[in-house]
Amino acid sequence: MSELETLKKKLAEQAAAAGLLDVSYRLLDTPVGSLLLAATDAGVVRVAFAREDFDTVLGSLAEKIGVRILQRPAPLDAAARQLDEYFAHQRTSFELTLDHRLSSGYRLEVQLALPSIGYGQTMSYRQIAELTGRPAAVRAVGTACATNPLPIVVPCHRVLRSDGTLGGYLGGEDTKKVLLEFEQDLT
Amino acid sequence: MTTNPAFEVVVREHGGAVLRMCTALLGPGPDAQDAWSETFLAALRAYPRLEVGANLQAWLVTIARHKSIDVLRAKHPVPMEQLPEVPFALPEGLDSAGLLDLFDALNGLTELQRKVIGYHYLLGFAYAEIPQFLAGSAASLRRAAADGIKALRLAHSDVEEQS
Repeated sequence: MSELETLKKKLAEQAAAAGLLDVSYRLLDTPVGSLLLAATDAGVVRVAFAREDFDTVLGSLAEKIGVRILQRPAPLDAAARQLDEYFAHQRTSFELTLDHRLSSGYRLEVQLALPSIGYGQTMSYRQIAELTGRPAAVRAVGTACATNPLPIVVPCHRVLRSDGTLGGYLGGEDTKKVLLEFEQDLT
Repeated sequence: MTTNPAFEVVVREHGGAVLRMCTALLGPGPDAQDAWSETFLAALRAYPRLEVGANLQAWLVTIARHKSIDVLRAKHPVPMEQLPEVPFALPEGLDSAGLLDLFDALNGLTELQRKVIGYHYLLGFAYAEIPQFLAGSAASLRRAAADGIKALRLAHSDVEEQS
């Protein structure tokens, strides 16, 4: 490790000990590319795909949560381990404390309902609208899925259009397809 | 842009320059590393209140200057009547960022020249104050600085001729 990397690591630890960090983050290599995992004191707050551009994601976290953001893996060890297990077919649901502050209103309601779709299952946007008691809100469900700040962990990839086509995904349609096929492999 | 960039980006973009500045002033090793850590911790504390779009390098160089002085004082607890004030005017054709670049580019400077120039031009100490940190008389240190500046100027004009 270079001198500068050692110093950066020490800085992140000192900053956390002094309660100076708004957000800690780390990167994780997965079969769907590199992921950025971010957490606040309240829990995991963001999972981002490389195609979202990580500097853009950090900028958006700075704006919405706070500018005091440093790379610091420790608070994301559990999330990284569970994602590794998920991608190794050793885990079908996540047990993580989540910080949902990036969502509100109906979007949040939809995102909170998504984990009820089991591993390897899918539902349509319409079914989720019905499930959340707003059968007419199909488009709003689409928006809630498309803006899910915690993809994979909150399984918005399991929501499809009523005609069976994929619908949009933060990680790209290809990623959505890969995840769905991947979950089918086990069953 | 409604906020400054995430602090991680600030460390990534300016961490190297600040470390080179601290190393030039304090020599490689624990002193420079302490000054670097103190600089970025202080910066992190103040960062949320920093004006959006502020010149981050200038801001960090100012903090690093104070933290380097703290490290020097801790090592040389000689009572001093006056704190160094604003940095002395830099030699013509150089600004503090340019001086740092030259520090980087120039291995030709001796450690003594590097330190005297740093203490005088970046930290703002008068030559008469520097003998408490470095061996030598005010006159010999002034001469070392002048030789160093001459070398910097030569390298600087070479760069300009090439560009």
